[in-house]
Amino acid sequence: MANQKVSQDTGDLVLNRISKFYGDFKAVDDLSLTVPDGSFFALLGPSGCGKTTTLRMIAGLEEPSQGTIHIGDTDITTQKPYRRNVNTVFQNYALFPHLTIFENVAFGLRRRGIKDVKTEVDKALALVELGHLAERKPGQLSGGQQQRIAVARAIVNRPEVLLLDEPLGALDLKLRRQMQIELKRIQMEVGITFIHVTHDQEEAMTMADTIAVMNQGKIEQMGSATDLYEAPRTAFVANFLGQCNLIKAKVQSRAGGKAVVTAKGHTFEIPLSRVSTENDSILLGVRPEKLRLDDKGVNSIKDCVVTDRSFVGTSTQYLVRTPWDLELVVFEQNDEGLHDLHVGDKVSLEWDPEHTFGLDGAQDVNAGADLDDEE
Amino acid sequence: MTTTAIPMPSLSHRAKRWISRNLIRIYAGLAFIYLFIPVAYTFAFSFNDAGKSNLIWQGFTLDNWKNPCGAPQVCSAVVNSLQIGILSTVAATILGTMIAFALGRHKFKGRSTTNLLIFLPMATPEVVLGASLLAMFLNLRISPGFWTIVIAHVMFCISFVVVTVKARIASLDPRLEQAAMDLYANERETFRYVTLPLVMPGIAGAALLAFSLSFDDFIITNFNSGIVSTFPKFVWVSSARGIPPEANVIGSAMFFIALIIVIVGQVVSRQRKKS
Amino acid sequence: MAFLHTATGTSSGPKSGIKSKSWTPYLLLAPGIIWLITFFIFPIISLASTSTMVRPEGAQIGTYVQELRFQNYIDAFQANQEQYVRSFVYAALATILALAIAYPLAYMIAFKSGKYRNILLVLVVAPFFTSFLLRTVAWTQILGDEGPIVSTLKLLPFVDESMRLTSTPFAVVSGLTYNFLPFMTLPLYASLERIDPRTLEASGDLYANAFTTFRKVTVPLSLPGVVAGTLLTFIPAAGDYINAAILGNPNTRMIGNVIESRFFAVVDYPTAAALSFTLMATILILVTLYIRRTKTDELV
Repeated sequence: MANQKVSQDTGDLVLNRISKFYGDFKAVDDLSLTVPDGSFFALLGPSGCGKTTTLRMIAGLEEPSQGTIHIGDTDITTQKPYRRNVNTVFQNYALFPHLTIFENVAFGLRRRGIKDVKTEVDKALALVELGHLAERKPGQLSGGQQQRIAVARAIVNRPEVLLLDEPLGALDLKLRRQMQIELKRIQMEVGITFIHVTHDQEEAMTMADTIAVMNQGKIEQMGSATDLYEAPRTAFVANFLGQCNLIKAKVQSRAGGKAVVTAKGHTFEIPLSRVSTENDSILLGVRPEKLRLDDKGVNSIKDCVVTDRSFVGTSTQYLVRTPWDLELVVFEQNDEGLHDLHVGDKVSLEWDPEHTFGLDGAQDVNAGADLDDEE
Repeated sequence: MTTTAIPMPSLSHRAKRWISRNLIRIYAGLAFIYLFIPVAYTFAFSFNDAGKSNLIWQGFTLDNWKNPCGAPQVCSAVVNSLQIGILSTVAATILGTMIAFALGRHKFKGRSTTNLLIFLPMATPEVVLGASLLAMFLNLRISPGFWTIVIAHVMFCISFVVVTVKARIASLDPRLEQAAMDLYANERETFRYVTLPLVMPGIAGAALLAFSLSFDDFIITNFNSGIVSTFPKFVWVSSARGIPPEANVIGSAMFFIALIIVIVGQVVSRQRKKS
Repeated sequence: MAFLHTATGTSSGPKSGIKSKSWTPYLLLAPGIIWLITFFIFPIISLASTSTMVRPEGAQIGTYVQELRFQNYIDAFQANQEQYVRSFVYAALATILALAIAYPLAYMIAFKSGKYRNILLVLVVAPFFTSFLLRTVAWTQILGDEGPIVSTLKLLPFVDESMRLTSTPFAVVSGLTYNFLPFMTLPLYASLERIDPRTLEASGDLYANAFTTFRKVTVPLSLPGVVAGTLLTFIPAAGDYINAAILGNPNTRMIGNVIESRFFAVVDYPTAAALSFTLMATILILVTLYIRRTKTDELV
């Protein structure tokens, strides 16, 4: 019975139109997703967006109300968690407190009837560089060490998909950075598909090849970190990943590969490829670091006033008020070109059309902004 | 700024402050003395060279400790109590743990009725429990004896076991069981390798509690024992004419044995947490 | 330690429903529940049935037939009104005394004991390891006429030569207080221990003095423990007869003593049953009212 109970074929993980209802509440709403074999994939979203529910459905800890889940050709939708070749690194790790580290890591191997577990366990512990702690109990380990053991305990089973549920949430900032790099390294070494659930956009962008941004049970946008950051397609994505300035504007013309838009008497250009809507009412978006305190460019706003300034080390962040009383955020690198402006100073803003994007104007400008970062 | 001598508070003032700060500790100390006076008294009189009366101090002797079975029937009563205690503990722990798992780990209809049925025996005075069982045994023409005591003890211990074990199950992180399932353990293996070991301290505690409740029970036992004697019953019967010092020896020995078990249990659990 | 858990009394459903076949919980419940039905519910019904029986004219002692004579209840109550009321008064007094002794004790263990906390907890339970009866008998000797306390008190000029401590209501209530003290202390400790000391500091920070903090923060937060402790003391105390038998006199008899003697000495089963039933019903009503009043329904 050793390996029978585990499906063996490898392949992409495919979620096909899955939904999960709790009474009237739709935790996951008609979600479809393909995670390529061997990729590092992140499900990113604020708390309550359905990302953990999605993860639990992949793990088999919840059953979808509708839809199917496949790994390769195998339908695992209703398969018991212990029959699917998927392992999870739980939030707060869920290490068995009554077992030694060695036995924790050996747990899955033993359940699958593997007799000689020592080699595999030692290898897994070596991978996370904690071989010397094998005989300790979880209670004696630091948070970071427990985290690595949780990873070792999962990957020792060579799952087809490894699920990580907010794995770094309990660690302090410095350790989190270190573990991000560590996890990335481990993923490269073992080549297993990693699905990483997190609410931390920075964590997702650092680690994942592909990020799916989730909101209210649906995927808002999926792509590489650069895609999502530079060319968001919804206000939620624009605001949730980093900071963003969004200006309500009207499209005047779409011609010659560019859209010309106006806002409060100012005219701006956006490359048509970066406009994600057919609607004439749009939100013009530009990231704070793309704004320059100058007035030479095609897209510029004159007669602005600095209303706030804060120094954050690598850059200085300004709040600048436009003539029509909209506050925009501007980051300026702290290098030679520094303007060193103060509150009340008059400035102009300008930016390149290629750094501009156009979103559907029917959305809430503040969607995804100011969401609580902590779970 | 000039330095000024800080006036030393007077001695009585300091004493007052010490008392007011430690008032609660003094109070607690007195409460502990109150709790232990009869225990100390029982222990002291286990060394009494009693002769005919153990009511007043007659002189020190170790004879009672050397021969605790010296008084007639005391040891047979203790043996009965131990046998009843062990049987009742085993049965009540098994039955109660099963109920606790049903309540703590499963969804089913009739949960609140079950909870009520567990709560009621704890809210019923012992005299009513004892009297009602006896009324039933008499109605059924069953004469009370050893087994009716065991039946009664299992009955009143079950509720305490359920409550203790259920609390332990409730404090268990459900993610541990999910992790086991995620790591290829099926329901039975999850229970055997994760749930049961983690609930075990609760079960052990419940068993200890059941044993001490059974061993020390008098009221229910007295109703349902017929002519069978137990240790508390022996004490009750002999209290009229003075308890033999051998009973004090047994009571004191029980005290120390239980104390050692509890302390060892605490030390072991602390060591486990450490290593 | 069940007392602790009784106080915490979480009766909420399972957090994680492991999916199981629907009959599994019933299989787990069956043996224990059948035991409780057979040896708790059935006897209570049997007791109810006995309570309305009558001894036929000229029948042997201990032989009764069912005649649904509810007058038994009135007769039993009227004949034993005094003991009945006394039981509840003594139990209430003992409960209040136990609360007064146990609250500071539990508070000290929860907040002021530092690393000695576990040792002190063991010490609270430890007296229980000596037989209940042995300790009660020990009190008769400690409080006895030749005992150390009475002999010392008699040295005082204003103390009467005929002064006694045993065979008095004082002795019975003290015995009840003493015997059920751990039942009061442990639930109190359990609920006090769960209070975050920072809430007490916050109260101080918000201009409450120590007394106000205690009244407005500590007491309300420890209420579940107070309710559990008072119930665990009051219920057994109201039905107890050992303390009254060993430490009291004929004028301090409680309802438990009456039930016991009706059963064994007088062999008047119907009266004993009627009294038991009334006692149980009264306690259940009082407990229900008390829990409603203190709004701690979730405790059960």
